Parts: sequence; C-alpha cells; structure tokens
Amino acid sequence: MKLAYWMYAGPAHIGTLRVASSFKNVHAIMHAPLGDDYFNVMRSMLERERDFTPVTASIVDRNVLARGSQEKVVDNITRKDTEERPDLIVLTPTCTSSILQEDLHNFVERASLEAKADVMLADVNHYRVNELQAADRTLDQIVRFYIEKARKKGELPAGKTEQPSVNIIGISTLGFHNQHDCTELKRLMADLGIQVNEVIPEGASVHNLKNLPKAWFNLVPYRELGLMAARYLEQEFGMPYIDITPMGVVETARCLRKIQQVINQQGADVDYEEYINNQTLYVSQAAWFSRSIDCQNLTGKKAVVFGDSTHAAAMTKILAREMGIHVVWAGTYCKYDAEWFREQVSEYCDEVIVTEDHGQIGDAIARVEPSAIFGTQMERHVGKRLNIPCGVIAAPIHIQNFPIGYKPFCGYEGTNQIADLVYNSFTLGMEDHLLEIFGGHDTKEVITKGISADSDLSWNKEAQAELNKVPGFVRGKVKRNTEKFARDRGFSEITLEVMYAAKEAVGA
Amino acid sequence: MTLAQPEALNFECETGNYHTFCPISCVAWLYQKIEDSFFLVIGTKTCGYFLQNAMGVMIFAEPRYAMAELEEGDISAQLNDYEELKRLCLQIKRDRNPSVIVWIGTCTTEIIKMDLEGLAPKLESEIGIPIVVARANGLDYAFTQGEDTVLAAMAVKCPDQAPVAEAEKNERNAIAKLLNFGRKKEEVAAEESEYVNHPPLVLFGSLPDPVVTQLTLELKKQGIKVSGWLPAKRYTELPVLEEGYYVAGVNPFLSRTATTLMRRRKCKLIGAPFPIGPDGTRAWIEKICSVFGIEPKGLDEREAQIWASLEDYLQLIRGKSVFFMGDNLLEISLARFLVRCGMIVPEIGIPYMDKRYQAAELALLEKTCQEMGVPAPRIVEKPDNYNQIQRIKELKPDLVITGMAHANPLEARGINTKWSVEFTFAQIHGFTNARDILELVTRPLRRNNNLKDLGWEKLVQEEAKV
Repeated sequence: MKLAYWMYAGPAHIGTLRVASSFKNVHAIMHAPLGDDYFNVMRSMLERERDFTPVTASIVDRNVLARGSQEKVVDNITRKDTEERPDLIVLTPTCTSSILQEDLHNFVERASLEAKADVMLADVNHYRVNELQAADRTLDQIVRFYIEKARKKGELPAGKTEQPSVNIIGISTLGFHNQHDCTELKRLMADLGIQVNEVIPEGASVHNLKNLPKAWFNLVPYRELGLMAARYLEQEFGMPYIDITPMGVVETARCLRKIQQVINQQGADVDYEEYINNQTLYVSQAAWFSRSIDCQNLTGKKAVVFGDSTHAAAMTKILAREMGIHVVWAGTYCKYDAEWFREQVSEYCDEVIVTEDHGQIGDAIARVEPSAIFGTQMERHVGKRLNIPCGVIAAPIHIQNFPIGYKPFCGYEGTNQIADLVYNSFTLGMEDHLLEIFGGHDTKEVITKGISADSDLSWNKEAQAELNKVPGFVRGKVKRNTEKFARDRGFSEITLEVMYAAKEAVGA
Repeated sequence: MTLAQPEALNFECETGNYHTFCPISCVAWLYQKIEDSFFLVIGTKTCGYFLQNAMGVMIFAEPRYAMAELEEGDISAQLNDYEELKRLCLQIKRDRNPSVIVWIGTCTTEIIKMDLEGLAPKLESEIGIPIVVARANGLDYAFTQGEDTVLAAMAVKCPDQAPVAEAEKNERNAIAKLLNFGRKKEEVAAEESEYVNHPPLVLFGSLPDPVVTQLTLELKKQGIKVSGWLPAKRYTELPVLEEGYYVAGVNPFLSRTATTLMRRRKCKLIGAPFPIGPDGTRAWIEKICSVFGIEPKGLDEREAQIWASLEDYLQLIRGKSVFFMGDNLLEISLARFLVRCGMIVPEIGIPYMDKRYQAAELALLEKTCQEMGVPAPRIVEKPDNYNQIQRIKELKPDLVITGMAHANPLEARGINTKWSVEFTFAQIHGFTNARDILELVTRPLRRNNNLKDLGWEKLVQEEAKV
C-alpha cells in the first residue's frame, strides 16, 4: 500500500480509452463499476467535445460479483453494435476486472460471432502499466489487428506512394496540445513536399490502417505514444521511423535532417538545408529572440523542469541550449523510460530527477528556489504557494491547457509559442519582484467604495463570524448590501436574522 | 409516448447504464465539513484519478484526504493488510493528527474482501484514533449515497448520553462565568424560554455551515430547538443520540443513515419532504411542527414572500419542460420544486428510489402535479443513458439536467443543459436559498436568451443515423 495524494499518469484504462476514442467510429466498452466512466466527463469538459464520447460501461455490480458477468458483457457489446454500428469495439478492462479475472477473451470471441463490428480485448494490465504505456500498447494492438486482417484478406496495398509520404503516429485525444501540434506538423510536411499518408489515432478510420505501409516513413512526435506501433511497422515492412520530437529550433532542424536522410535513402532527392536556414533565421522568431536583449536578461537564471519525457526533455534542451538558462534540475514521471530521459538531458542540467512523487518534486522546487518552473498543473500550484511563476508544459492539465487559439509546441510556430511561454513566465516573476522592491502598485487602503467605510452599524458576534465565512472576493459586497438593507429599515445591530433577511431581499 | 399520462406517479426501472460520480466523491465535501477528520480511500489508481480530477482545484489545497493505493502485493495478499494500514495510519497521525480517520472502502476492497470493519477496532485501540469505516463503492452505490454510508457509520459512533457534554460546556465557560457572575443563569433560562418544550431533535445530512445556521434559525422561529446535527463541524462534537430522540433528514439520499438511526439508535424518524425550495422548506417545517404538536406561525407569509421574490426567474421557466437524467438523488425534490414553479417534468431519472424514506416527498410531488394541473412525471430508476438520449431527442425538452459527460454534446445539438453536480455543491436548502436553485436552473435559459438571435444553435453535422 502506498499513501498517495496525487498522480501524474492515470490508470491504464484511461490510455486505452484515449486511443480508442481518438479513432473515428470506434467504441470502447469498459468492464467497470458505476462511476468509472469518468473519462467521458474529462473528454467532454477538457476537449470541449461536441460529440458523445464513444465509451460506455458494462457495469460491474453486486450481481456480477456474485455470479460473474455472464451474458452482460456480450449483450452490451452486441447492443452497442446495433445502436452505433461502430467499426471496432474495444473491450476495456479496469482495475476491477483485473482482479475479478473473468474470461474477457471468451466474451470477446462470443460477441464477435454476433457483432458486425470487429471486437477486441485491450491487452493491458492495470497493475503493470500506466495510462501512457497502455495507450502505446493499445495503438500497437489496433494497428497489428488491422494489418493482419488485411493481410489475411489479401488487401494489403503493395508499394509506396509515388511522392515521399509520412504517417504521423501518436496524436490522440486529451494529449497536451496535440491538435495544434498535428496541424503544425501537417503544415511542416506540406512545406517539405511530403504527403501525409495517415495520422493515427486521432480522427483516423480503422479501415485506413491497411494503408499505413504505403508511407515512406513514420514520424513519432511523442515519446510516450506511438513507438510500439512504429517499431512493429519497421519490423513488418522495414519502414523507418523518426522519433526525434521537432520541439525547439535545434531539435526541429535535427528532425528535418533525419527526414531528409531517410527519404533520400529511398530515392528522393531533397535538400532541406535552405528551408531550415530560412525558417530559423527569418521566419521563426525564436532564434532571433535568443539573440535579443530580452533573452540576454534571462542568461543564467535558474529554472527547473518537470513533465512527461517528451516535453520535459525538449524544454530542458530549449532552455539550456537555445536560451542560456540555467536548468538546475530536470525531471520526469515516466519512470519506465528513465534511461532514455537521463541520456537526453544529463548534459543540459545539473541534476536529473525521476519520480512519481509530487511531494519530492515540491521539495526539490523549494530547495532550489528557481526564477521559473516549467511543469504540470501540480508544479503550477507549488509555484503559486512559493510565489514562483510556472509555465505548464505537460499533462496532467486543466481546461485552460486546451486553448482554442492556435498554440502548437511542435515545429517552427511551436518555437514561437514556447519562446512566449518562457519569456512571460520569467518577466512576470521579474515584474513582481520589482514591484515588491518599490512597494507595490498602490496601497490598497486608500480607495473605499463608499457606504461601508465609515459604518455606524454594529455587527454582532455571530453575524461577524458568518460574514467571515463568505468568500473574500464577495465579502465586501455582502457587507455593503446587508448594511444598506439594515440602514433602510432602521436596524442598528446586524444579527444573523438581518443578514439572511438582507440576502433574501436583494435576491443574491 | 402518445398515451395519456396516468395521474399517479409512474415508476420504471431500466438497465443501470448511466453516468454518475463514484460515491467516494463524498470525501470532497465531507472532509471540508468535518474539520478534524481525515479520509483515507483504500482503493486503486482508478479511484485516485477520479478524485484528483473531480475535485479540481481542491486537490491543491492540501486536502485532508489521501489514497491508500493498493498494489499488486496487496491484491494477491502477499502483504498483510493490517500491517500496511497501520503503517499508513500512523503516518497520517504523525503528519495531521486528526480526531478521526474515515476509511472509505472501494470496489477493490469489496472484491478482495478486505475486512475493514474487522481491522478497524483493533487498529483503533492500537493507535488511539477512532476509525470509522464506510463502504462507499461503485458496486453498490451512486454519487451522494457515499455520504449516506459515511453518516450511517458515524451514527453508530454518536455518544449515547447527554450529561457529559453538559459538564464540559460548563467547564469551558468557566472564565465567562467568572466575568458574568450570576448573569449567566438568567440568560440561559431566557434562551430556553424561546423554545417550546419538545423532545430532543437531531437533524442529519451534511450541509455548508451557513445553511445549517439558516435552517436552525428557521426552526427556532417556531420554537423548535435543534439539539444536534449529524455530522457536526467536528467529529468530537457529534450529537448525543438517546433512545426516543427525534431525527429528521435534510437530504433525499440519506436512507441508510435514517435506517441506522431508527434501528440501531432507536430514534424516531420524522418523514417529511426535504427543505429544498420554499414549498419543500415549508412542508418540512410543518411536518416537524405537527410531530411536536406545535402550530406553525407565519409560514404562509414567509413562503409567499419568497415566491414573490422569485417572480423574475419564474417568468423565464413557466410552461417550460425539464428532463432529469438522474445522477445524484436530489431529482425528486428538485422536480417537485420546479413543477411548483410552473415547469413540466416529463421524466425524472434517479439512481435509486427509496419509496419509504422519500414517501412524504413523493406524496408532495404527486400533490403538486395535481394542483398545478400537469401530468405526473415518469420516474425512472437506474436509467439507461442511451435510451434517455433517444427520448430527449424525441421530446425536445427545454432543459435537461444532466452530468458533464452529456452536457456539451447535448448543447451542441441545440438542447439546453444544466450540469447536475452543481446542485450538490450549491446552497439549495431552506427559504433563503430558493433563489440559488433558480439561478442554476435558469442560467442556461438566460444565457441562450442573450445569444438567441445568432442562429448558432445546432453546431454538429449529423442526424442521419437511427
């Protein structure tokens, strides 16, 4: 048993659901107790999704505990099949079904005899993998399933596309700025004259998965999702994959050079140097920013970085290599991928921290007292407590991290966005600090909004206590309204009764 | 659907495939209510993930709650449950020193049959902190029923003798007494005289402190004294419950607590509608008065005055229809209030319907429908969300009260929604807060009135599917 208040990566089934619900017309059925369908709330709220999330639960209740699911799961699958006509139904185990050890395989087999849709059991174990690993596995599983299926039917298309082309693998729902990154990557590929063959899983149809081998190569922008599928495709079809995250000016260039190399090996004849040069020097503002006086002021400032492997590694490199900022420590919660992370960042920071314990991270921030933090929502709140600004760079994230405006982290527009994020975090901290030195903007006491300033009314003890329970930001208003009410009616003392009568009278 | 609605209430039961919060969410409001408590949820990452996301910003405020996250070794019994829990509880005692630790049993502890009720007394005596066990799991319960399981467990822990508390009170007031000399006694006597002589009354249900004060004052106006409240602000202030005390519920989801109070504490339950909306509040007070043989005073004017102050909101909703998908068990009371407001309710979804505990509320709903001349709603227990969506598409109600999973998709299809969870957290009890309920109910209508000329109602392309 472990005492835990907060977790960075969610449970396994969240990963499976993220992948399943990213595809078009794929329905996931969770084998779970009532209330475990919280994923639907998250997707609907965070992504502001217009459509019903294609996830339902086959409820595990007392009866299931006593007698097993029996027909229930099969019925639920076939029912969903007729109601929604999905292409694929993914039966998703949860922590509960992991311990019940019901033969879900058997249910899947039985259901697939009846259902028009393909039916599959997500091969994830709650106690062995987390959200990110599960997502990677599920994507791999779905890709394999449809490649095998096409192969058996002899529908696997032969050969490559005429023009150089790419599959972008790993864009998913509830991923940090994934939608924007996807747009930016497509734009980048268009600039390079590379055709986008398929994007998976977001918005893809399972029928198109058989076309994956037609691409010349695979691009896996995120470390956490898509590598397993990319490796499978490499092994089956000899498709090269590129796992350099194009985040930051230097890494984007490195990614493009790798693409150039990979497609030139397959007979293309491209040279991206001029494009890279042009983008770096004149189009993207990030390189210029790092030369400007603004950025000079950041030299040697202390920062700490924490997040998933992809974003924490990329940010560390950008801060240290492209902006001259001193990264005191960089860390990730992707413990299963610690080795890769260390290798990526060790030369750009003093210390590497790999942990899932937010307490340890909080302490490490307090110890270092950086000028800025780049982390998840948890680090943002640590920053609030310590009065240190924080730029959010990775999940777990809140609704404000699903902006409507165009905010990619990848590609050349991504470099601009990141420069803004970094610069805003630091200057805000600086501004606060200056204000403090010079005594703040204004003294708060001078301005009063009338009435309650020189009050002739007395609040009795209970009423005063009650007033103190009113949240600070409306307390003044409540006080003023109550006093106005009391004065109008000639009360001299404010009691609880008067307070509530006032509330009822003003209808607030 | 084309059949004429019968006058009596019509109960149905569907498949139970609906969306609601897991009952462990009750820790979110209970740890805030009971200030010296610590809630330990014994479950998996799934439970933790839910709480972390559902509690939103609260999670960052160093809440007095934590997960005892079960690992593979716990599931396969390689680790000793007792030793593990002892280790964690000692850590909690050291870091937070609470007056009570509440263990929340989850689906997993049920399935692996971890004997929490058996372990608790042993550990309690070993570490010297009371441990309350509540099995608030998704196998058995929905959302607000979590509070019910916690309060039922606490009801058993309430002290059963009054005098001790009295002595303590005197001691605490020692200094005050010194300063006041003899005056104190007169004041107490004067205070007592404001109340009618009636048997002790204890109310149950967790409400924000301001609402507790409001309802207590409301009863005081009738000369009724509230001897205690389950739960109190602190665990150490749990009310005395002697045999023969009267108890009354303030929320519709507290049937286990009511049963426990009746069967184990030998209390007498006052079955009343719940004080939600001015009509409900009035009926609640009247029922309590009638049990104590008191003639209620001034309720007519009080209710009329509240209704009058709601008129601007009532104009917005009169004649409009509202569909409850059902997820927090407040549905019957809210529907009853909204019918009285002049709305039409085609369907009330509800996770679980205790017809005995809610009898008075159901009777008031039926009566309200008759008086307002609207058809009685169908009450659908354990609803099926998919079927409900089909019915919503057919009925096109003016407002759907639903969980967040369906709210945005319905809005995108041009259907007004109100997120049901807000009713659980907003202050909705008593006369004073009636306006707050309507503030919630009318918000989508007011918002959409503001936007109505833009022609942006349906924002999805679809609807070919059957």
